[in-house]
Amino acid sequence: MKTLGVSKVVTALVLAGLVLLPLYSQLSGNIFILTLFTRIVILALAAASLNLIMGYGGMMSFGHAAYLGIGGYAVGILAQEGVGSGFVQFPVALAASATYALVIGALSLRTRGVYFIMITLAFAQMAYYVASGLARYGGDDGLTVYKRSDFSGLVNLSSRVQFYYLCLACLFGVIFLIWRIVNSRFGLVVQGLRSNEQRMQAIGFPAKRYQLVCFVIAGTMCGLAGALLANNTDFVSPAVMYWTRSGDLMVMVILGGMGTLFGPVMGAVVYLLLEEFLSQITEYWALIMGPLLLLIVLFGRGGIMGLLGRAGRG
Amino acid sequence: MLLVVEQFLNGLQFGLLLFLLAAGLTLVFGIMDLVNLAHGSLYMMGAYFAATFVAWTGNFLLGALLALGATLVLGIVLEVVALRHLYGRDHLDHVLATFGLILFFNEAVRLIWGPAGLALPLPPWLTVPVPILPGVYYPAYRLAIIVVALLVALLLYLGVMRTRIGMLIRAGASNREMIGALGINIKLLYTLVFGLGAALAGLAGLMQAPILTVQIGMGENILILAFVIIVIGGIGSIRGAFLAAIFVGMIDTLGRAFLPNLLRQILSSTAASTAAPALSSMLIYLLMAIVLVVRPEGLFPASRR
Repeated sequence: MKTLGVSKVVTALVLAGLVLLPLYSQLSGNIFILTLFTRIVILALAAASLNLIMGYGGMMSFGHAAYLGIGGYAVGILAQEGVGSGFVQFPVALAASATYALVIGALSLRTRGVYFIMITLAFAQMAYYVASGLARYGGDDGLTVYKRSDFSGLVNLSSRVQFYYLCLACLFGVIFLIWRIVNSRFGLVVQGLRSNEQRMQAIGFPAKRYQLVCFVIAGTMCGLAGALLANNTDFVSPAVMYWTRSGDLMVMVILGGMGTLFGPVMGAVVYLLLEEFLSQITEYWALIMGPLLLLIVLFGRGGIMGLLGRAGRG
Repeated sequence: MLLVVEQFLNGLQFGLLLFLLAAGLTLVFGIMDLVNLAHGSLYMMGAYFAATFVAWTGNFLLGALLALGATLVLGIVLEVVALRHLYGRDHLDHVLATFGLILFFNEAVRLIWGPAGLALPLPPWLTVPVPILPGVYYPAYRLAIIVVALLVALLLYLGVMRTRIGMLIRAGASNREMIGALGINIKLLYTLVFGLGAALAGLAGLMQAPILTVQIGMGENILILAFVIIVIGGIGSIRGAFLAAIFVGMIDTLGRAFLPNLLRQILSSTAASTAAPALSSMLIYLLMAIVLVVRPEGLFPASRR
């Protein structure tokens, strides 16, 4: 058990840090850090959902940001049309993402490998262009969400601390769900399909059906992140669906450690903090971030979780 | 009728330009099995180099040639410094590493050339309209792009199919260990292929530069188009890339030109004018989705796979 020590301790520290962050923000009067971490937690949720299909299911979706947009637009459009209740907005956001994932997944899963990466990308780009064409809802310029989702007294999304904890609860809930899925019979079949699809099919599992269900679950989770993100920025635009955003999510997953439960959280925290930190040193932060990613790929196999695991063994 | 001919040529020109980009990508992707998202950055660098060198030398052709050389060198340096360590790794590692390169190149350009775009003016002799049919004129520069791209396509085809180097490249694609065992310097071969791919991307970039503004991130949109093309055409197939590029260029251009009117025939004019821009941008992605659903390996899969 000693070998796993370091990564477990670090993970626990990061999670504890996330839970205690509002306290620090209150004591130090640093409001900005809470805003920053709300965003980090939401994107960590999106990355965790991507990790479910990419890390455990072996499905390299390059269009995952589409769900951020769909969840966000569900909230934005409903708010625009006068439906402010979160009890309506959030279920609609989830249902819309699930439906999109069902259709996209059913078509995309006919292909594999690089073709799968590309077809998921193509569908996300289509969603991007559809959103750009929604003249009634801002088109290219995006849609301002003037009023955050109303959960009538249960939680107040306008309160920074309450909203942060709502996001964190969603993140923990999703990770718990992923843990249950991955360790269930269903999850084991999906992971089996990742390592050898033909064998699993020969045993008699309907491979595509299992993968599709997994794909839809991940898409729905990411739709939740999208609904939260729209509330966080009070704004949703086609840009959240652009392919480089999907790239960002992939980077977070790979950086943190694919196929590990907390890897995506670590990846999101490190990637976004690094972005923030570097952008404070220099305007040209990406000049450092880019080569850094390259170095991480070349020398840091298995991402942060892999590194921590090796540190524990070494 | 005049408009149809003109848009048809525009589509052909755009398709050929896309082919230059897609050919480089499919060489790298099909042969070295490297998913290079930074290919679009090389396209962008080609355009920036051209704008700079043309301004320096005051001569369009000379500047373009220098830019082509610069992109070739940049590609070779990139391969030697970074990308050669990625062969044989997981596709996801390629995605992450080359995504990092995109960030780097965009930022480097912002640092060197500033955030505002550049313009690459054409010399007078390339701006004159040329009569192609009685009474039909077409810009000389666009015609020049068509000619250059067709020439490059022909050279590339002959080079890959008829020369010894091309034979080695094709052999390397099907079995890299075997060709290494035969005493061929596979490392050098790969570096050269990557350099060639970079130069093709640079050529596409510098030829497109006078038509569009030279700006940061210009490679990203068009990179996705290039990927769409090689996926539709079948990965690793130059012929597939050529046909798919022409097809995609035509569909995209003709869609943008004629879809609004076409939609107006069946929809109310307000509905048509809202739907048309989104639908015409989506057309090629729609096409790719349909192709992949019907033929998951692409239209002209390379026979070796």
